[in-house]
Amino acid sequence: MKGFSYLEGVATLDLDQSLCIGCGRCLEVCPHQVIEMRAGHACLADRDACMECGACARNCPVAALRVAAGVGCASGLINEWFRARKIPGFGGGGSCG
Amino acid sequence: MHYLVPPGLYAIGNPGPEAPVIVTANYKMSYDLVRRALAGRHLWLLVLETFGINVWCAAGKGSFGTDELANRIGKTALSGVVTHRRLILPILGAPGVAAHEVKRRTGFSVAYGTIRAEDLPEYLDNGELATAAMRQLSFTWYERLVLIPVEMVLVLKSVSLVGAALYLGATLLGGDHAAATALTGYLGAVFTGIAVAPLLLPVLPGKSFAVKGALAGFAYSAAFYALGGGANWSWPVTLACFLAFTAVAAFYMLNFTGCTTYTSRSGVQKEMRLGIPVMGSALLIALLLVLAGRLF
Repeated sequence: MKGFSYLEGVATLDLDQSLCIGCGRCLEVCPHQVIEMRAGHACLADRDACMECGACARNCPVAALRVAAGVGCASGLINEWFRARKIPGFGGGGSCG
Repeated sequence: MHYLVPPGLYAIGNPGPEAPVIVTANYKMSYDLVRRALAGRHLWLLVLETFGINVWCAAGKGSFGTDELANRIGKTALSGVVTHRRLILPILGAPGVAAHEVKRRTGFSVAYGTIRAEDLPEYLDNGELATAAMRQLSFTWYERLVLIPVEMVLVLKSVSLVGAALYLGATLLGGDHAAATALTGYLGAVFTGIAVAPLLLPVLPGKSFAVKGALAGFAYSAAFYALGGGANWSWPVTLACFLAFTAVAAFYMLNFTGCTTYTSRSGVQKEMRLGIPVMGSALLIALLLVLAGRLF
């Protein structure tokens, strides 16, 4: 995203180009222009810009894209941590419902 | 307060069977924004049940999703209302909706239109083609500013509790004046992490939010030292203030990742794995310093 970039080399996004049918759906849904079309196939042009929203993987009709999707939110992760350990008082909906 | 709009099919203007169908969430603000953007046009608005949550968060949770869309198309008998088989969805709804599944289950094809509702008129006038700008997320100074009051309300309870405990502890250790200074310093550090650092986001060096927050917190500590009579503090108290205020600001800035439009889950996990132990240690050392300074 213009003027902003996050940590490098952490995004879990993967593309299996041999499966890609070049429909271009992933380009349509990616809010960070991570994917480009080259020679009729999608390719990961800017992997570090991926925010792991999962839109591309969800909309890929041949499951060529994979990503451990989730929201990059510290309080959400803290809540999950407490919830996994069944510590009461946490694990509520949080700000995003 | 009610932030919900009943889900269903709504008409904007006087739409006919050929009019486009736009899909949105039943969060009142989403619904109002879309309606305002499309005022004066004739089209259908299909409102999904997202329980009052905005499109982006609802898509992440799955309530703005394939199942709900397919069900809502059935419940509203949309196929009888329009003659075409095309839906326009917000781009930020895509994490929850599998377009090919929707097509298979309902016969409707999905086009992801724009990110912002305000771009919808241009999208429609452009032959329902999105330009690069309509697909580009932003995170402007103003977009960050409007988030800050919400963030402050969310931390009100925890900050009050910690503040009260801090005030009590500092009163016992150093008296009223020390307690007032400690509380003011703490609240300022929270404000630095919640408001100042997010506003300065692109200016603060580094990519890590924890590092950005720590730098802002350190600068704040120095300012507080200079303006808050730091020259009279003992060295353990001074060191403790710098450590604790820096850690507090870093923590709240790391928390701001939840508000941004570009941080990934893996990135935040990495920051927390490294950052939380460092922040915790800084707070512990600060506490030990204050106690030691009191005893020796």
